[in-house]
Amino acid sequence: MSDRPRSPAFYALAAFFALFVAFLYGPTLTILVLSFQGPQGGLTFPMNGVSTHWFGKLWAGLGIVDIWGALWRSLRLGLVVMLLTVVIAFFAGLAFRKRFRGERALFTIAVASLIVPSIVVSLGIGLEFRLLDEAVKWAAAETGWGWLQEHGTLMGLYTSALGAHLTWTLPFGLLIMFAVFNRFDPAYEEAARDLGATGSQTLRHVVVPILGPSLVGVALFGFTLSFDELARTSQAIGGRNTLPLELQGLTTTVTTPEIYALGTLTTGMSLAVIGLALGTSLCLQRRKAKAGLRLG
Amino acid sequence: MTDIALPAAVTEAAPAKAPAASLTTKTRRHRALAYLQAAPMALVFLVFFVVPLALTLIVSFWEYNEYEIIPAFTVQNYVDVFEGCLNTSDACTTVRTYLSTLKFCALTWACTLVIGFTVAYFVAFHVRSRTLQMALFLVCTIPFWTSNVIRMISWIPLLGRNGLVNDTLMGMGLIKSPIEGLLYSDFSVVLAFVHLNTVFMIVPIFNSMARIDRSLIEAAYDSGATGWQTLWNVVVPLAKPGIAIGSIFVVTLVMGDFVTVGVMGGQQIASVGKVIQVQMSALQLPAAAANAVVLLGAVMLMIVAMTRLIDLRKEL
Repeated sequence: MSDRPRSPAFYALAAFFALFVAFLYGPTLTILVLSFQGPQGGLTFPMNGVSTHWFGKLWAGLGIVDIWGALWRSLRLGLVVMLLTVVIAFFAGLAFRKRFRGERALFTIAVASLIVPSIVVSLGIGLEFRLLDEAVKWAAAETGWGWLQEHGTLMGLYTSALGAHLTWTLPFGLLIMFAVFNRFDPAYEEAARDLGATGSQTLRHVVVPILGPSLVGVALFGFTLSFDELARTSQAIGGRNTLPLELQGLTTTVTTPEIYALGTLTTGMSLAVIGLALGTSLCLQRRKAKAGLRLG
Repeated sequence: MTDIALPAAVTEAAPAKAPAASLTTKTRRHRALAYLQAAPMALVFLVFFVVPLALTLIVSFWEYNEYEIIPAFTVQNYVDVFEGCLNTSDACTTVRTYLSTLKFCALTWACTLVIGFTVAYFVAFHVRSRTLQMALFLVCTIPFWTSNVIRMISWIPLLGRNGLVNDTLMGMGLIKSPIEGLLYSDFSVVLAFVHLNTVFMIVPIFNSMARIDRSLIEAAYDSGATGWQTLWNVVVPLAKPGIAIGSIFVVTLVMGDFVTVGVMGGQQIASVGKVIQVQMSALQLPAAAANAVVLLGAVMLMIVAMTRLIDLRKEL
């Protein structure tokens, strides 16, 4: 196939692909440009001068909405989700290489968690925590224990919202781990074991370094999916919103390019994280290749 | 993400387990370790997925009033969902909402399938360098890692009344007054769905195509098949698993959506997900739960219908 000359189909398909990429990135580029709109400018073209006016306004805060608080909450939650996704998916991936009862059930549930509509999952978690709150209230009234009395709600960033995000990130993590372990040569582990390494030593000095780049990929999924998650969080968060939830609310209330500035900012952060992850992954791969040369 | 497959342990039917007595201590410890390693994931799914779904089912049969939910059995919530649906002269709210959502679903599915397949086909079969393939694949997936809401908002300057599209068309003299229904309409909703969800088609279809043995294409070519014949008789059948997985993703994402329909429809268009969200915020929890169960049933029916067309488990 590769020695044949390019067919006309190639050029048609290449043009289609280019159009698709323009469709994919065009709108985002538009708001990137418009976020530097001059102070008199509006939500659409033409540009009324170029300034960082709207970023300044954004920095000062968006009225009653605590946008920086929301951003901070989303960042913290994203980091926690990222760490948990990597660790839990990695160990689950290890477990699936051995045999254990219920592996089919666990796999089915993981896939189901991916395709059950987010609003249903969110509603379920919201319900669960409401019922838990009721139960705690009831227990407080029954027992009269002081420490139960001042109970507000169990729903929150690191309880219900964290759980909701994990139901979305873990299936991705698990599927990636499957793909990764499929290509992992167990001979490395056997060699380590033959040389007298214990199980945890093998894991730490052999498996993790080899899988490093892929684990970075899992981390990337964990963070970005959590950072942008909206549907599953919607019913499963307490009083304080994450950034995507605030953003959704702002779409109907903000009528100035401030919202574009915010869009540019968050997209920039996502891209920075993606760049960091891809860079780290490449770097690890290169180091691995070098180490392989030295040892081999 | 290019080569998702189950490890052998899952795909092979488990052979009869050896009797416990013959297990050495080492294998037994090995097994125990597997449970320990799988436990965190099992626990998370139990607490945040299985139990919530079970509770949704239970609560959907509970009574409620303005202040609280009452754990007493009733089917009233389901009766309410289908209220007026036996009247054949005009469709009830639920049926109309589902029809509207199904329409979005069908349109989005058709568009994402055609675009996703074409893009994946180009990258998998027409790009010759492996590095360039991965780079183009990444180009397609990077937006997936950025915020959906922002990507929806970014259509406003293009589609609005004074947006780029209207301005350009007027500038070219093709239209005299701006087209109204570009934004906050069915059109913009479907556009945003396609914009956001095509990646869910591209990735699995590309994954299937990447595994197609290239010599099959050569053989078809050598046997005198035209490009179209090869595409239709070789590539499409072999890419079916990817198409099925992508379709399941797109269909379930659109069926349960309330954010895209809300933002791109200017909060004016109904969707099943939105009904649930509104009932939830009105604290009509059992009603929302009943709607969620009906939605889940509908989505599951659609998935079963799609997997009927193809044995997914065999293909993975």
